[in-house]
Amino acid sequence: MKYLAEYRDGAIARALAAQIRRTASQRWVLMEVCGGQTHTIVKQGLDELLGDTVEMIHGPGCPVCVTPLEQIDKALNLASRPDVIFTSFGDMLRVPGSECDLLQVRARGGAVRIVYSPLDALELAIRHPDRQVVFFAVGFETTAPANAMAVWRARQLGITNFSVLVSHVTVPPAMIALLSDPTNRVQGFLAAGHVCTVMGWTEYEPIAAGFKVPIIITGFEPLDILEGIHLAVRQLEAGRYEVENQYVRAVKREGTLPARNLVEQVFHLVDRKWRGIGEIPASGLALRDEFADYDAERRFGLGAIEVAEPAECQAGAVLRGRLKPHQCPAFGRHCTPEHPLGAPMVSSEGACAAYYNYGRFRATASVGG
Amino acid sequence: MTDTLRLADGLVCPVPTVTTDRVQLGHGSGGKMSAALLRERFLPHLNNPILAQLGDAAVVSLLGGDIAVSTDTFVVNPVEFPGGNIGSLAVHGTLNDVAMMGAVPRFLSAGFIIEEGLDFDLLDRVIAAMAAAARAAGVPLVTGDTKVVERGKADHLYINTTAIGTLHGDFRPAPERAAPGDAVIVTGPIGCHGMAIMSARESLGFDTEIVSDSAMLFPLVERLGDRFGADVHVLRDPTRGGVASALNEIAAASRVGVMLEEEAVPIPGPVAAACEMLGFDPLYVANEGVMLAILPERLVDAALQVLRTHPLGTLAVCIGRVVADHPAMVVMRTAIGGTRVVDMLPGDQLPRIC
Repeated sequence: MKYLAEYRDGAIARALAAQIRRTASQRWVLMEVCGGQTHTIVKQGLDELLGDTVEMIHGPGCPVCVTPLEQIDKALNLASRPDVIFTSFGDMLRVPGSECDLLQVRARGGAVRIVYSPLDALELAIRHPDRQVVFFAVGFETTAPANAMAVWRARQLGITNFSVLVSHVTVPPAMIALLSDPTNRVQGFLAAGHVCTVMGWTEYEPIAAGFKVPIIITGFEPLDILEGIHLAVRQLEAGRYEVENQYVRAVKREGTLPARNLVEQVFHLVDRKWRGIGEIPASGLALRDEFADYDAERRFGLGAIEVAEPAECQAGAVLRGRLKPHQCPAFGRHCTPEHPLGAPMVSSEGACAAYYNYGRFRATASVGG
Repeated sequence: MTDTLRLADGLVCPVPTVTTDRVQLGHGSGGKMSAALLRERFLPHLNNPILAQLGDAAVVSLLGGDIAVSTDTFVVNPVEFPGGNIGSLAVHGTLNDVAMMGAVPRFLSAGFIIEEGLDFDLLDRVIAAMAAAARAAGVPLVTGDTKVVERGKADHLYINTTAIGTLHGDFRPAPERAAPGDAVIVTGPIGCHGMAIMSARESLGFDTEIVSDSAMLFPLVERLGDRFGADVHVLRDPTRGGVASALNEIAAASRVGVMLEEEAVPIPGPVAAACEMLGFDPLYVANEGVMLAILPERLVDAALQVLRTHPLGTLAVCIGRVVADHPAMVVMRTAIGGTRVVDMLPGDQLPRIC
């Protein structure tokens, strides 16, 4: 298929892997930020091609995984209300909250609908003026513009039965938090190409220089990732620490200005708790005051829900790259996609799900049964 | 309420108290949840040696011969989609289930649950499509039933069909007969039906030219049976749950491993594109006019030649082989040269965030 098959060519992949092995004089530790990249690595078996030259640590870039438990519980609460149609991307439906997940709320009669765009949720609100339509606005900078657009449109059209439950997070503060951790092992990053398609890479320049880490803006196909790794290894070998763009077909230094402007208009930066990681300063997006009418937490008076989550959940160790999914003692035994303990086991971008579904656990658990 | 599970090295993880006191949509996905529903809710009450085989169709002895009998219920939404409607699908789907046992489909029955207010024009189109499909298959619909329920108690209409077919000679393909040294053939490009349905659902927001592959597979079955008879070990139409789920079930039933070659799996460009956009894996997408055939590797070329003589099989290819390693597990060599396990999904595939 055009623009896909070209980036999945086996011969080129093997040549790139060989080039990486030749370039590396030592074993380097890199982190791919985005869960989509983790899935490509594990699904395609890129780790097998790399051998011992490069260790890939899987990063926190899985929006489903880092959405705090209290936000999931708020979603479950809203979805259970008879006057609400709760809309979400499909990924969030299986994420365990304190008591259940959105699929179970739906089985009990809650109106939970999968949408493919927040504008579809707005459309639903227009078609059902007698119901409150809430959209679960999660994700990184990638999904923020479309979510901002839905709120902006709702205000423009004077739609009063639409609101959003916001749990947006941003990548650079998480990278700084990881790098500031004294136990950090990450020596270079593959940054998430789609986040940078929106935001560009100027935010990453001071991080690369300040922490002396190469940051390679990288795409999601196997060849993208191998090339990103090669660029990172080449910088590390040369003692360079710069932002470099592998994903040239999608990303410009300044990003996509209309999208950034829209995000800027609708959202502002706030401190945000990350599930499994904890609070990271100025790492979240919340609705600005002039859009507060569209804030579901405010509309439904949800501010008071507080859930205690154990601070040292293994999911946090996985999300911070300290633990590989199959090293978790619960992996594949107490924790499977059917009975997940944490979000990384159910999300299509979760590292645990990638390891489980693509069988990266043959040594630790019985398979196929 | 949140329990905590204490893990080996003193760390804790929040364990959600999963309440499974109700049926969820995922129980109908054809994945692990469907299997659990059967195992935990149905078989404890209904089990018998024939049902326990859990094949697409049951093989029973009657009046001195063996017959295959299968029943299937169709609830597809939307009722009409590119390439067919619920009527043609209800005929093809059930006849295919019987054909996969190597049986010649003979008779068909149909039961209809119709929602009050259903447009007669739509009903006419559905019944006409059923009739055309049954006529083309040469299988008469000999008995049926209709029920009408209040508006809102059904989604347009649901159709149940049952088919019986007769078995002849030693041509007895069955899920437990795959053996190391066999090859896995797929008779056409995969993923068309599932993605045609997805694209026909109004909320999808993109147009594609994907048309359902819904078709009666018996002509392909007949060709393989006539030529190879007992050497045809397994036939399977990978409907709900797709090629991946069907192969997992076969691997489990036969206690063998399956090794797939990603580059050999035929995925039409528009299906690949739609799956990419939604975050779906085409290996798990439903097919209604494609068959998996498993038979000894030495017969592959001849089998492909035979299949390709029929319009439904012109694009038949070998996609992998049956191995003694990793029993009950499907493994795929990826296009870039890695390997991965192709597991059963727990429930439905869910579109991803980004």
